[in-house]
Amino acid sequence: MDIIFTAIRGARSGTREAPAVSSVWHVAEVVGEVRENATARTIRLRVDGLMGHLAGQHIDIRLTADDGYTAIRSYSVASTSEDEHLEITVDELPDGEVSPYLVRDLTVGDRLEIRGPVGGWFVWRPSNANRVQLIGGGSGVVPLMSMIRAHQASNNSAPFRLLYSLKSPDASLYRGELHRLDQESAKLMVDYVYTRSTPEGWPATPARLTSESLLGKIFPMEENLDVFVCGQTVFVETVADWLVMAGYSPESIKTERFGGTGGIR
Amino acid sequence: MGIISSGFRGRRSENPALPPGQHETQDFPVLTAGPAPLIPVDEWEFFITAENGQRLSWSWNEFMALPQEEITKDIHCVTSWSKLGTVWRGVSLDTLFENVETTSDFATAHSFGGYTTNVPLWDLLGGKAWVVWEFDHVPLERAHGGPARLLVPHLYFWKSAKWIHGLELTGEDVPGFWESNGYHLHGNPWREERYS
Repeated sequence: MDIIFTAIRGARSGTREAPAVSSVWHVAEVVGEVRENATARTIRLRVDGLMGHLAGQHIDIRLTADDGYTAIRSYSVASTSEDEHLEITVDELPDGEVSPYLVRDLTVGDRLEIRGPVGGWFVWRPSNANRVQLIGGGSGVVPLMSMIRAHQASNNSAPFRLLYSLKSPDASLYRGELHRLDQESAKLMVDYVYTRSTPEGWPATPARLTSESLLGKIFPMEENLDVFVCGQTVFVETVADWLVMAGYSPESIKTERFGGTGGIR
Repeated sequence: MGIISSGFRGRRSENPALPPGQHETQDFPVLTAGPAPLIPVDEWEFFITAENGQRLSWSWNEFMALPQEEITKDIHCVTSWSKLGTVWRGVSLDTLFENVETTSDFATAHSFGGYTTNVPLWDLLGGKAWVVWEFDHVPLERAHGGPARLLVPHLYFWKSAKWIHGLELTGEDVPGFWESNGYHLHGNPWREERYS
């Protein structure tokens, strides 16, 4: 997923407890890949000397052409610190400079450079006792998946709920894993909103997310609730506004956006 | 030179306006850590507080009566996009600081909604920073920081706090929101001061 996570508005300035961000570039080797859907794939990287990361953080990837030209983009980490390898899931942007190479050309054994992990805001920590509502649009589910996996790997028993808005069942990332966790895990509930086509026998017709359908599929506002929203800009803006209008406290809502249109990242 | 990715071509840009590691976008991505606050202009004010207790403030109408400037600048986001030749309208911080007496070297920008970011005073004065309320000849949208935002275009764009409320002058450089979350205290794009 391509993210734009930058600036502005949150509550207080917190104390620093994220692992120190490394500004140096590490060499990463591609050790595996999983095709997620028609446009996205997960890339598994072995990185020597990389520190652990917090669920929700991103890394920067640097590609260098044979004449020295470089391009840098940020991608959310999908795996957890518990995993042996670091995984990112990249959705190909139609007009992208870097994502088509990562999705189509990169192969096992290739090497590239990474920097990070970065980010101490849009993160979930296993020490967090709050209930967690995750709301993802399209490939915005990537950093949320890292949180789900970290939560599953921990003994944190606070309930997690994911609302995943996507075009169609085929467009899903982590489809099998999410289905399995929804069935088997007592501490995760997954809800889907399909906007263009639904699985067979689905009880609803495809429709865009509305304030009503959103509020009917998420934890109600309560004091000890954290909400993480990630997706394209319009999705995130709209969802965050609906939540605030419905009485969810702005301080409980953390957002992260990514660009789905050409040239943003 | 780093690891070569055979077959990677990329898009060459020889544009000297782009700092290292940046690429140009025509869009204007929205970047926020939480929901966008709604601030009616009749509840808006801009303040400056100095370490000696001095407090100046302007209502929206007072602010709009100050000399306005049109500013055309390139902006650079730490997430690696740059947008060139953006056009803004607003009030220079030199104008707002005319009657401020301070020995402080730093400022913390405070936004409605609680966001903060720290900027050295020398990066705010001398024709380098503005409080802007118009982008591309129309009033600034709420998502982009309306009714008004700080504009410090020579630093990474997270320093250009949206929904700006005021500046608190401080003797020390106190990390703001992103600066406490892994980002550089200063944020000069030409030196790639991205992360701490």
